[in-house]
Amino acid sequence: MKIRAASLHLGTLLFASSFFSTVEGQQRGKSAPPQSSKPEPVYAEIGKAPERARARRNPLEKDPEAVAAGRILFGQRCAECHGDSAEGGKKGPSLRAVEIRNAEPGAIFWILTNGVVRKGMPVWSKLPEPQRWQLVSFIKSLGTASTNDDRGALRP
Amino acid sequence: MLLRKSLISGSLIFFSAGSFPLIAQAQESPYFVAYDHYLEEPGNLEIEYFSTYGTQRGGNDFHSFWTEFEYGATAWWTTELYLDGQTTFGDSTIFTGLRWENRVRPLKQEHFINPILYVEYEHKNGADKILKEGEGHDVEADFLTPNAVARQERINELELRLILSSTFKGWNFTQNTLAAKDLSNSPWEFGYALGASRPLALKASAKRCTFCRQNFIGGVEMYGGLGYRHHFGLHDTSHYAAPVLGWNLPSGWTLRISPGFGLNDNSHQFLLRWGVSREISGFGTMVGRLLRGRR
Repeated sequence: MKIRAASLHLGTLLFASSFFSTVEGQQRGKSAPPQSSKPEPVYAEIGKAPERARARRNPLEKDPEAVAAGRILFGQRCAECHGDSAEGGKKGPSLRAVEIRNAEPGAIFWILTNGVVRKGMPVWSKLPEPQRWQLVSFIKSLGTASTNDDRGALRP
Repeated sequence: MLLRKSLISGSLIFFSAGSFPLIAQAQESPYFVAYDHYLEEPGNLEIEYFSTYGTQRGGNDFHSFWTEFEYGATAWWTTELYLDGQTTFGDSTIFTGLRWENRVRPLKQEHFINPILYVEYEHKNGADKILKEGEGHDVEADFLTPNAVARQERINELELRLILSSTFKGWNFTQNTLAAKDLSNSPWEFGYALGASRPLALKASAKRCTFCRQNFIGGVEMYGGLGYRHHFGLHDTSHYAAPVLGWNLPSGWTLRISPGFGLNDNSHQFLLRWGVSREISGFGTMVGRLLRGRR
């Protein structure tokens, strides 16, 4: 009986500690926002996309509805981390940065598909391919931080 | 008393989820038993309620239910707490136990086949009827024991799964192999779960909508036992096949339904499962703010 009770307590403690360690980590991230003048290391992940992935073309490039659909998807899936206007949030970097502007659509698609799991970005391959390409279309349509052409208009 | 407290607190937490401002639209798989390789987004909490109505030959039908609290600890680790209960018609309603589950993604990148490691500790009694997995030689007749007797049996079980999941052209295919061991010196028991599912549309609509085809995911799952260490195989095991349908609403709610059918004489003839869940994004951050007394 004591063993059972002890294992239950241990389980509860581990569950709670996993939760609070994550919370603490997020708070730490919050107290030290990335410097805008310094290139964020997370953008380096784009450079890790294989050549074959970079070379892929966006099949929805000419779809007139892709950006609008991507905007809705962004509000539903990405805004929580990357900010309502994609200017960067507590957990995710700005998607208006020049590194994203210059990135090949295939590289952004590759990041969406694979995530950056060890750095907190989940795998988004659960979104079907066309939806990931719609997101790419939207991200590529964004202005830079200074233009802010879509600011505040992303929440569905 | 414990059941009442658990139900009340569970309901309060579940329905208070409706008042959270940051609700994420979930893209949940429609499965009830099988797992795919997608984990909870880090910092998000998903509160889920599931229900199973089951027929019972030679006894009373039952309604089992469980509440899940699924938290994305990191992008590669999801942890979940379950509270289980059941009502056997003409008998009683009882709390049957709790489970603590962890799923870990060992590989950094997406591959054609993606493994997930699953470890679960179950602290339950013998009246558990949630049928969340098929294992060993579990058969329908095991459920005939009255609740008052069955609840006397205490079970501390460890369950391990290897989840192999793949997504191809919008389809998800998943295969779970499970091994479970009652920690009181019982042999390892084995089971399986298979699943296939696909959204009804692959492209998202350019308008925000509730009834768009992309919000619905349909599929099928199959699960059952594979005997135990000294008696491996299909003999005296139960197996089920169940079509599944999930509906991800833009409001952040997900509804799931699945009629399941027993495939042999050892299985319950019919299981009707349904579930409702809501994902709260940034839950970890919100709790952090609350604890630190900041906005």
